[in-house]
Amino acid sequence: MSTRSLHEEIQGVMAQYPSSRSATLPALRLAQERYGWLPPQALREVAEALGETPAYCQAVASFYDMFHLDPVGRHLVEVCTNVSCGLLGAQQVLEAFERELDLHPGDTSQDGEFTLRTIECAGGCGWGTVVAVDHRYREPVRPEDVPGIVQELRGG
Amino acid sequence: MAERALVLSGAEERPLTKLADYREAGGFAPLKKARRTKPAALVEELLESGLRGRGGAFFPMGRKASFLAKGTGKPTYLVVNADESEPGTFKDREIMFRVPHRLIEGCLITAHAIECDRVFIYIRGEYLAEFEILRAALEEVRSADLLDGVTIVLHRGAGAYICGEESALLESLEGKRGQPRSRPPYPAVSGLYAAPTLINNVETIATVPVILAMGAKKYAKVGFPPNSSGTRVFSLSGNVVNGGNFELPMGTTLRELVYDLGGGIPDGRELKAIIPGGSSVPVLTPDQIDTPLDASSMAEAGSMLGSGAVIVIDDRCCMVQLGLRVAQFYMHESCGKCTPCREGTRWMVQILHKIEAGEAGQGDLDLLLDVCDRILGKCLCPLGDAAAMPVASYVDKFRDEFQAHLDHGCPMAGTSSLDGLFAPVDQHAHSPVADEVRA
Repeated sequence: MSTRSLHEEIQGVMAQYPSSRSATLPALRLAQERYGWLPPQALREVAEALGETPAYCQAVASFYDMFHLDPVGRHLVEVCTNVSCGLLGAQQVLEAFERELDLHPGDTSQDGEFTLRTIECAGGCGWGTVVAVDHRYREPVRPEDVPGIVQELRGG
Repeated sequence: MAERALVLSGAEERPLTKLADYREAGGFAPLKKARRTKPAALVEELLESGLRGRGGAFFPMGRKASFLAKGTGKPTYLVVNADESEPGTFKDREIMFRVPHRLIEGCLITAHAIECDRVFIYIRGEYLAEFEILRAALEEVRSADLLDGVTIVLHRGAGAYICGEESALLESLEGKRGQPRSRPPYPAVSGLYAAPTLINNVETIATVPVILAMGAKKYAKVGFPPNSSGTRVFSLSGNVVNGGNFELPMGTTLRELVYDLGGGIPDGRELKAIIPGGSSVPVLTPDQIDTPLDASSMAEAGSMLGSGAVIVIDDRCCMVQLGLRVAQFYMHESCGKCTPCREGTRWMVQILHKIEAGEAGQGDLDLLLDVCDRILGKCLCPLGDAAAMPVASYVDKFRDEFQAHLDHGCPMAGTSSLDGLFAPVDQHAHSPVADEVRA
C-alpha cells in the first residue's frame, strides 16, 4: 500500500481531470482498497478530499455494484450467473461454492473471511462459468474445481 | 468465409502487448501517416471506409465525427467506451488484451482527426487484467514520445451495465451516478463537461489504424458493403463446442460461425435458439441459421447485429426461464430514472416468475406483452427496450412453450439448463423476488 495518505492519493487522481468531481469513482476505489469496504469514515475522507459532501459520495457509491457499503469478507467470490454461464452450468458452480463455504449468495461468513455473491455478465462468456476471486477472473470454473479454489483461499 | 484478422492482426499466435512487437507488425506507421494528413481529410477517410460503430448502434463513425461542434471555445474530447457489459459480449476485452497498442494508436489518430488533445478511456471496473495491460501499453507509448501532446486517461468504472450507454457513461465519467441524459443535445454538441465529445466503442477505435493502413477504399470493400463494411470480432458463447472470439468479415453466416468455427452443439443436443447480438436483441430460430451476420440481413430476419455477441441455446433450455433471467438482468441494471423501465422490468420479472412456476393464467401472458409494449420506445435510453424486445420475441417465437406453462407447467419439469439460476436480484434483501425465492 502507498505510504501517501488517502487524501494525497485522491488529490493526485483529481489532477488528471478538468473537473475534480470526475475523481469520485477512483477516490471511492482508493478508499475501499484501504478499508475493505466503504464505512461512513471512508466516505467522509473521500468527501473531504474531493470537496463534496459525504451524502454525495454515498449516493454515487450506492449506484455501483463494485462499491461495498456493508462489510465484505477478506475474500470475495463472485459467480457469474448470466445467460451464457447459466447455459454451461453456473448454478451448479454456485451451489458448489455454497456447500464449500457454507454460505448463501449475498452473505459473508461469521469469521469475516469470505463473501459469496452472484454477479451479472462478467464478459467471459466464451469460457464460462466465470468466477471472479478477489477480482481476478478464473475461467472456466466447473463444479469439481470449487473445492480446490476454496482450499487455496483458505491457505491450505 | 474464414477468419480474417484486421483488428486482431499480428496477435493470432500470442498477445501483442509489447510496443516493439507491435511496431514490428506495422504498428504506429498509420499514426505517422495520419499526423501528416489534414484532420478534415482524415474524417473524409473514415466516412469513405464505411466504418460503423461497433458498440451496437452501428452509426457511421465518420458522420459522428463530422457532427462535432466547431468554434465553441471549449475543448473537444474523445471518449472511448470500454465498458463492455452486454451479456454475451467479450470482444473489447480480447482487443485490449491482445492488441492494446492498436487501441491507443486508434485514439491518437482519431484525436488528430477531430483536433482534440484529451482522451478518456472508460473501462469497466471488473476488467482488472485488461486495465493493467492497457496501463502498461500506455506507459510504453508515453515513454516512446508518441503521444505528441495528447493526454490519455484510463478511467475505471465500478460495476454498472448502464454506463455502457453513452450519456450515462459521460455522467459516470463526470463523477456522478450513471443515469442517462435526455437528448438532444447529443454528445457531439454537448458531451463531457458540456463540451463537444466524440464517443466510440473500443473495437471502432481499434479499427481506425487498420483503415489508415489499408486505405479507406480497400477497407470499404471488405465484408458486406455498402452497409456492413469490414470485419467484426464476434463473441461466441453458450451451448457450443468452441466458445471464444472470432474476427470475421461481416456477411459471414451464423452457420459458419456456430458450426464451422464453433464446432456446433456439444453432447449430441439440438439447436433451439440463437441470440445473434447480445441479450438485448430478438431471438432467432434454427431455420434462420443461414442468416448472414450483417446489419441488413439481421434486420430482415427480425433481429439485430447489436454487439456481435452470438449466444447459442440448445434444446435443454426452457425459454420462459431464459426470458426470466434476461428480464432479471435488465431489472437489476435499470438506473431507475424512467418509470416505464424501472417499473416495467420489475413487472416483467414478477409475471415471468409466475409463468415459470406454472401459476399464471392467460391474462398474465397478455399482461406481459402489454408491459413490454408500454416500455418500448418510451424511455430516455434503450435499456428498457433491451428488456422488452427479447422477451417479446421469446413469446412470439416460442408461443407453444409459453402456452404449455399456462396449461400445465414447465414441459421440462426441472431439467432445464437454466433451472433455479440464482440472479443477483435474488440476493438483494430489499427485493420482493428474494423473499419469494427464500420463502
